[in-house]
Amino acid sequence: MTAVEDPAVPDTPVDLAPAKEIGQARLRKEDARLITGETQWTDNIVLPGMLHMAMLRSPVAHGRITHLDVSAAKDRPNVVAVFTGADLAEEQGSLPCAWPVTPDMVNPGHPSIAVDQVNHVGEAVAIVVARTRTAAADALEAIDVDYEPLPVVLDMEEAVKDGSPLVHDSTSSNTSYHFVFDAGEAGTGGDTDQAFADAEVTVSRRFVQQRLIPAFMEPRSVVVQPTRDNYTMWSATQIPHILRVMAASVTGIPEHKLRVIAPDVGGGFGGKLQVNPEEILALLVARRLGKPIKWTETRGESLMTAHHGRDQVQFVDIAADRDGTVRGLRVRLLASMGAYLRLITPGVPALGAFMFPGIYKFPAYRFECDGVFTNMVPTDAYRGAGRPEATFAIERIMDELAVELGMDPLELRRKNWINADEFPFTTVAGLEYDSGDYAQATSQALELLGYDELRAEQQRRRESNDPVQLGIGFSTFTEMCGLAPSRVLGSLSFGAGGWESASIRMLPTGKVEVVTGSTPHGQGHETAWSQIVADQLGVPFEDVEVLHGDTAISSRGLDTYGSRSLVVGGTAVVKAAEKVVQKARAIAAHLLEASEDDLEFTDGKFSVKGTPGASIGIQEVALAVFAAHDYPEGIEPSIDSEATFDPENFSFPHGTHICAMEIDTETGFAKIRKYACVDDVGTIVNPLIVEGQVHGGLAQGIAQAMFEEAIYDAEGNLTTGSFVDYLIPSAADLPHFDTGNTVHEATSNPLGAKGVGEAGCIASTPAVVNAAIDAVRHLGVSELRMPLTPERVWRAIHEGGDGGDRAAATSNAQGVTSSEAATASATEGDQQ
Amino acid sequence: MIPAAFAYSRPTTVEEALQAIADGGDDVKVLAGGQSLIPVMRLRLAAPEVVVDLTRVEGLRGVREEGDQLVVGAMTTHADVLTDPLLAQYAQLLVQATETVADRQVRRRGTFGGALAHADPAGDLPAVALALDAEFVIAGPAGRRTVPASEFFVDYLTTALEEGELLVEIRLPKLAAADGWGVRYEKFTRVAQAWSIVAVAAAVRREGGRITEARIGLTNMGPTPLRASATEAALVGVDVSLETVTAAAAQAAEGTSPSNDLNAQADYRQHLAQVLTRRALAAAAGL
Repeated sequence: MTAVEDPAVPDTPVDLAPAKEIGQARLRKEDARLITGETQWTDNIVLPGMLHMAMLRSPVAHGRITHLDVSAAKDRPNVVAVFTGADLAEEQGSLPCAWPVTPDMVNPGHPSIAVDQVNHVGEAVAIVVARTRTAAADALEAIDVDYEPLPVVLDMEEAVKDGSPLVHDSTSSNTSYHFVFDAGEAGTGGDTDQAFADAEVTVSRRFVQQRLIPAFMEPRSVVVQPTRDNYTMWSATQIPHILRVMAASVTGIPEHKLRVIAPDVGGGFGGKLQVNPEEILALLVARRLGKPIKWTETRGESLMTAHHGRDQVQFVDIAADRDGTVRGLRVRLLASMGAYLRLITPGVPALGAFMFPGIYKFPAYRFECDGVFTNMVPTDAYRGAGRPEATFAIERIMDELAVELGMDPLELRRKNWINADEFPFTTVAGLEYDSGDYAQATSQALELLGYDELRAEQQRRRESNDPVQLGIGFSTFTEMCGLAPSRVLGSLSFGAGGWESASIRMLPTGKVEVVTGSTPHGQGHETAWSQIVADQLGVPFEDVEVLHGDTAISSRGLDTYGSRSLVVGGTAVVKAAEKVVQKARAIAAHLLEASEDDLEFTDGKFSVKGTPGASIGIQEVALAVFAAHDYPEGIEPSIDSEATFDPENFSFPHGTHICAMEIDTETGFAKIRKYACVDDVGTIVNPLIVEGQVHGGLAQGIAQAMFEEAIYDAEGNLTTGSFVDYLIPSAADLPHFDTGNTVHEATSNPLGAKGVGEAGCIASTPAVVNAAIDAVRHLGVSELRMPLTPERVWRAIHEGGDGGDRAAATSNAQGVTSSEAATASATEGDQQ
Repeated sequence: MIPAAFAYSRPTTVEEALQAIADGGDDVKVLAGGQSLIPVMRLRLAAPEVVVDLTRVEGLRGVREEGDQLVVGAMTTHADVLTDPLLAQYAQLLVQATETVADRQVRRRGTFGGALAHADPAGDLPAVALALDAEFVIAGPAGRRTVPASEFFVDYLTTALEEGELLVEIRLPKLAAADGWGVRYEKFTRVAQAWSIVAVAAAVRREGGRITEARIGLTNMGPTPLRASATEAALVGVDVSLETVTAAAAQAAEGTSPSNDLNAQADYRQHLAQVLTRRALAAAAGL
């Protein structure tokens, strides 16, 4: 880090330069190398003498390790060492949980490798270190291990009952915490029970947020290079800065002796917002052996052991007057923690607590959540993290309330949403929504969809009893993004702040290096940051290089998650650029023999007002500073800068998503006919990137509604252990997306940006399910479990109910799954 | 995702291949396209000692005409099937089904014979071969023999192939549109690239407004591909109409024994078989 420290100065408002680059649909400058693979992914790294690590993983979900013999594995070819949990017990510590949501939250600790008990399938029980990856994998087969099975805890509603078997012996129940937000107690709303008692209408629903797998494209991978007492760790992570702090505290390696590098990283979706057991184990093994260590997971390991997302049971009650005015909202959650608390496991549902009221003016609200241990892999952040679950619940139950009242679902929303002239608006959850216009986004989305025609077609199909029925579903959502004001995070007991850092280095030739603490893993920071800097400094887009993801280059940072990069990190870049201009102004005035006050800075040039021709470019100033032959007395010869931005509020992207869904009532097959959405993400720096984020988010949100579900069998094995059974849609399974934007700038940052990374994922899921139910409600369907498999939809139509539980349905099954079929084929098949 | 070590043999003729299989001992696997074998080896669900790779046996690849039959080499890839002019003219049912197999990359490597010998009832091509009454030419140490499709598929992932034998050719009848044949492969999946939950392979011959012959193969409705015999019988001689087709299709699930899995339970599969059979027949009959 070469940026010169500036004395602490009060934050002053920043004047944005006129937008020339901002708003341009620039092709992403990082894409050529990412798409062609001409870059360094962690798994590409090869170091002299590097050894490979492979993990033996538990095949049982809950059991005591009664026997573990690794001696035969040690004798296998090319094996260098074998470690068990007992070997590392003294030094492995506990993986960190940075979000103790309540003071009395129970955290039983999380060993990176099991010592005497396993608590989920896939937990590591032994490590083989070998000269090749294949030798390490081969030697795993020589390890002998026995387990004494313990009762397996899978169902949350059973797990919280008295007398349930316990996941952890050390705890008195399977409940880790009970988190409550009560608007009455918080002073942000009235008494909820009273509101329900007084209400004319109440509707209650139980929604299931199925367990999802982040399924990032690049598998997790880590390389550790020890150099005496210094360690360099490359990891496919979203959070090199947080990882450094946490890994140092877990292993006792001093923070300044540990450098963490996230090279180009191929996706994360929250799945790489984690301090992984394998990262800690790689450090421990490298320290023991004094040799570079590499571990790259297989896809099977990834699906089985990387943290999962969602997995909540939601009990939601809504109260209203007959005229549709909402009176109260009550939410009770069971949130699966899985077997352990990882980095922000407990905080995910707690973050959602603030979003259940959505865009509506509820006078009363109460939220309660139990965090529940089960014998499954831990849950943690997954695109949206808490907010998709909340948005689903409110947008689904608004539809059910509309049905109960006999109102149009959009009319009910209009009646209750915050009007454009009411911003800033403090919600019943205590958030201050700063800007937006829900009516405008909705009217644009209706137009994009061709709403009236589709409603007419729906009517025709109903009247003609067409086997293919049509439904239309809404989601008028908002989200809290731009994580986050540090003081607010502190009040929520989160273990870190929410600021972001940027620095700018002006090179002698006028080129610009921007160092960001927000580490991209596919978002396009290099392009967007270049556009911002090009405008602010008046330099060509091509002259800007963005550096990131290496704690030795970018020492300060809080990384990438929660749609925070542009909102917080981008603002830090703006502020750093402002400082560069300030410092350059003094030099330029000196070189132009003018007063600073007489200079204006436009298009990268300092000019003397009223003196045509007297000007110097900021890139020329950079060279002058480098030479340092002629600069004013009393200042340093540098125009480099560093800035940290800590937002004072979250940002609140919003939008209206409308899905038109066709249901083949003969087969239950659901197909999106048309999808239109209008998102307000504030200022758009790069429309191409924004559209890409919306498309990807939609794909993931639609996938929750229609395709994806992690299923465990009764013994706690992950049944959906490959992409054959864990269905991820491809482009062929998704419709054309009709997208649009409104722009109401965020007031919490000078860019006016709100964040877009999670919007599509948060908004789309309830729109899709609402559309599906709308298509078949006249056939008696009022609930459908996600994902909307054809069989579920068909059963709901023909047998009633919500389509049922696939795990329960298949646990009685006599048949074989695809993966079992594959097994059998290997032993029976002849010619494949 | 790393297979265990194995010995590897890559013969260039059928004779060399048979010898390699014989030499391979008890734990030998034959590799065609690898669509199924490679994944299970990478997952270490299979760990054969010897793999005999047929990809260089040129004599097993290609399509030719022999009298009223088409002869398809067992190592003819799905991509070859999709571009072959003879198959385009006389075996549209096979072409349609092959178009639905996996993705473009897999179709470049996967083979017709491999898919049949693997005999996965969820695979698309066994039901087509059964519906077409294909003949399977099998080479072994004792020479060649021919097995009809009705006897080839024995049980779940089990065929009439004996130890040491190799499927070398598949013989198909010519079903030309000019002779009144219409065909349809109706596949039901949750996503575009997936195994069939259920699929129906239908070929219907029409003459003077009546159906003279119907052949219907069912994918994933039991441990082996099945014929919808009751439906076939009900169609012979009836008028070509949606009513007759619908009535016949109602019998499509008779005699089936589908499995339960994550995508579908047995009763739902039987329901799907009826719906899909009706749709396949309607399309094949030009309704």
